[in-house]
Amino acid sequence: MKLDSKIPEGPLAEKWTKHKFNVKLVNPANKRKYDVIVVGTGLAGASAAASLGELGYNVKAFCFQDSPRRAHSIAAQGGINAAKNYQNDGDSVYRLFYDTIKGGDYRAREGNVYRLAEVSVNIIDQCVAQGVPFAREYGGLLANRSFGGAQVSRTFYARGQTGQQLLLGAYSALNRQIANGKVKMYTRSEMLDVVIVDGKARGIITRDLVTGKIESHSAHAVLLCTGGYGNVFYLSTNAKGSNVTAAWRAHKKGALFANPCFTQIHPTCIPVSGDHQSKLTLMSESLRNDGRVWVPKVAKPGLKAVDAVSIPESERDYFLERKYPSFGNLVPRDVASRNAKTVCDEGRGVGATGLAVFLDFSDAIKRDGEAAIRAKYGNLFDMYAQITGDNPYKGPMMIYPAVHYTMGGLWVDYNLMTTIPGLYALGEANFSDHGANRLGASALMQGLADGYFVIPYTLGDYLAGMSYEKVSTDRPEFKEAIDTVNSRVNTLLSIKGKKTVDQFHRELGLTMWEYCGMSRSEGGLKTAKAKIQGLKKEFWSDVAVLGGAAELNQELEKALRVADLIELGELMVDDALNRDESCGGHFREESATPDGEAKRKDDEYAYVAAWEFKGEDQPEQLHKEELIFENVKLTQRSYK
Amino acid sequence: MKITLKIWRQKDSNSKGAFKTYVCDHVSPDMSFLEMLDVLNNDLIRKGEESIAFDHDCREGICGMCSLYINGHPHGPLQTTTCQLHMRSFKDGETITIEPWRAKAFPVVKDLVVDRSAFDRIQRSGGFISVNTGGVPDANEIPIPKKIADEAFDAATCIGCGACVAACKNASAMLFVSAKVSQFALLPQGKPERKERVEKMVAQMDEEGFGACTNTGACEAECPKGISITNIARMNREYFSAMTTSYEVAVGGGE
Ligand SMILES: Cc1cc2nc3c(=O)[nH]c(=O)nc-3n(C[C@H](O)[C@H](O)[C@H](O)COP(=O)(O)OP(=O)(O)OC[C@H]3O[C@@H](n4cnc5c(N)ncnc54)[C@H](O)[C@@H]3O)c2cc1C
Ligand code: FES
Repeated sequence: MKLDSKIPEGPLAEKWTKHKFNVKLVNPANKRKYDVIVVGTGLAGASAAASLGELGYNVKAFCFQDSPRRAHSIAAQGGINAAKNYQNDGDSVYRLFYDTIKGGDYRAREGNVYRLAEVSVNIIDQCVAQGVPFAREYGGLLANRSFGGAQVSRTFYARGQTGQQLLLGAYSALNRQIANGKVKMYTRSEMLDVVIVDGKARGIITRDLVTGKIESHSAHAVLLCTGGYGNVFYLSTNAKGSNVTAAWRAHKKGALFANPCFTQIHPTCIPVSGDHQSKLTLMSESLRNDGRVWVPKVAKPGLKAVDAVSIPESERDYFLERKYPSFGNLVPRDVASRNAKTVCDEGRGVGATGLAVFLDFSDAIKRDGEAAIRAKYGNLFDMYAQITGDNPYKGPMMIYPAVHYTMGGLWVDYNLMTTIPGLYALGEANFSDHGANRLGASALMQGLADGYFVIPYTLGDYLAGMSYEKVSTDRPEFKEAIDTVNSRVNTLLSIKGKKTVDQFHRELGLTMWEYCGMSRSEGGLKTAKAKIQGLKKEFWSDVAVLGGAAELNQELEKALRVADLIELGELMVDDALNRDESCGGHFREESATPDGEAKRKDDEYAYVAAWEFKGEDQPEQLHKEELIFENVKLTQRSYK
Repeated sequence: MKITLKIWRQKDSNSKGAFKTYVCDHVSPDMSFLEMLDVLNNDLIRKGEESIAFDHDCREGICGMCSLYINGHPHGPLQTTTCQLHMRSFKDGETITIEPWRAKAFPVVKDLVVDRSAFDRIQRSGGFISVNTGGVPDANEIPIPKKIADEAFDAATCIGCGACVAACKNASAMLFVSAKVSQFALLPQGKPERKERVEKMVAQMDEEGFGACTNTGACEAECPKGISITNIARMNREYFSAMTTSYEVAVGGGE
């Protein structure tokens, strides 16, 4: 299989404009003859479904929550980037492009990233027109803050609830199309397979989560906007329901999965408190604008936040400021996370577990006053107090890195099409724009770029070459897919084992975190592979899923998801083993500089690793898409 | 901690439900309320009993998916969401009663899960600004005074959980509807459609079977996001001004 990224020819800044001119168009009157399935109603899915409905396509949209407004995007806190240069501080489309390519450690495509930066400015206009209440200055104009990996202030925000406000904006646009009859919305409905007819994606199989009914839906194209797979680690900042099933089922039907091991570990999360822990809570990276990260110079086991105040300045190690004077606390996420791990590994971590560092606001509070800090971060401080029982206005916060985002995902070309014709992937579900590390405030940007401004063009190009004819769900391809889904469900219900789904999920997570988390080695990864294979066998012989198929059955929902996460975990380990270099969030212990920084190997690994499923329990086949850099010079990232 | 739980169990929307009692004797004060239920559910499954169904997703207090009527309060004793409630808010030895949201417009689906799709239908009836993707003015073209933008933001932070309805003795949805109406009525972008919007959303709210508002303020007191009851006053003004002034109705539909 030859991977063709379909990046248009020509100078970087003209590629997208030219491409938009060259794509085929569907006549407005004919758009209603095409049906499009959109799975997912997060920023990517809601914006795509609304925009395609506006254009006149018949859209069916799906989500597993009880309302499209509850997609995981709702939880994004800090902000969204855009190259508006409203601050007159030297920002430009090119600078946002450059920062994103560099931040991604040169493992993303130039063409895609440039387009992302280019359309970023339209996103803000669109959201404001929808009534998204972004933060404003006293003069009435939009406010910005800065985020990690950038030296300009280009992040737009709505207090600490930017994702919520952007998603509610997209949800309102979606609602308008539902009211217009252009989008039909299916809630509490989970896609469990994609249906391929004559080599093209022509439909999906879903389970109605209330009645348990397995249903077929046919269309001319299918868009997967199903989010990331961070929950493979069990503990992550993702919503509990986030999962990989849609992407994984597509993968098993022929869509290549790219860079699965590229995971982002976010440096500022609330540390784990005990075995009962079900998820981790992010404290927005925006806090690093005003918070200073430190640990004691000499180990003080069990040091509490309330006692930190009495440690004199001379005994504190502000390790990010010390090691990276030019970016300080605002180094990219992977760098900040790894350094937190290093100081904890040295025994200088704080709190009861020693797996935490301080994030201290006392200087900012002294400088700007408590009211100013409250206005910027009030809800985050409240959340912190609520969860930990500590008051962050009085002593420092305690933070530790946690899994947050997955840069890997379904391989897509410039048009966002996977290797299955007619099957697209948008938002966090694809691999496309963030390379080996995503900069803060860039996922929201990418989700909305894909949904509002990219897919409306590129999907038209595909559909224009297709006949209007619909495929019937009576076709054998649908029947077969339904049978497969039913037999999976029935198998899970008939095992009647002793271990709960949560137990398996937790075990998978521990293995992934230990061996395929912040730092990875050949030996560790091989151990992980064996463990995961064992876990898979055990799962299919000893999982306990009670209840029936034809009812609301939350254990069954979880079991179907965890089964896929286990398989994905193994592929992540394979990918991490293959990539014997350190880049972005992927740190191979074997590939480090003498002072412990990540060492990239551009001669050997400047490619996208795209994996092809070859059959149950068969090794997957690696395909390489070489990355071509015509505009930026590859350098070892330095934030010093 | 040792906690006794009286939990509403109901097989499906057509069956009759009843309380069932469970005892949890290894509860840690650091657990969130939902983590306590996770532990209970895992214990139940290992004993061969079906787990208790409840809605949740983000567990960060923002998606609005979790619910639960705990000891007579939606989302329990604190003004926060159930997922952000921790067991340290309860006493060792306490008995906790957990019910689903009770409202005609929110039928029970199973155990503690209810159907809140009425909220979505209200939003669909008018909770949007009619702009298509693309072709909109520059974001800084219309300055919005910070005070107005902040007020609109405060209204917009509603998470659509339904606690206001569950708290209200009339099961009124006024706080929920007024939050959206207010957000758009405050912003210049929302002004052109403000009259139709409030009329349609109120009409849909009535059609869904939510009760009338008698100004008891229970909704505001229980709202995990602190949505202010002044939004209801604003919606009432919007509604009356819409009813008493006429507006242009597009005839023949403009293309
Ligand atoms: C706590 C937190 C804070 C964040 N903060 C920021 C930030 O400040 N800035 C930023 O840029 N990014 C941030 N991110 C990242 C960003 O929020 C996500 O990457 C982004 O929102 C993903 O959007 P999405 O549309 O791709 O997917 P999601 O929002 O995850 O939506 C997935 C959708 O797919 C549906 N779905 C999934 N599987 C199925 C299936 N099988 N069948 C049917 N439906 C399915 C779900 O129901 C849902 O509607 C944050 C992430 C987290 C976890
Ligand atoms: S689970 Fe999202 S608000 Fe509680």
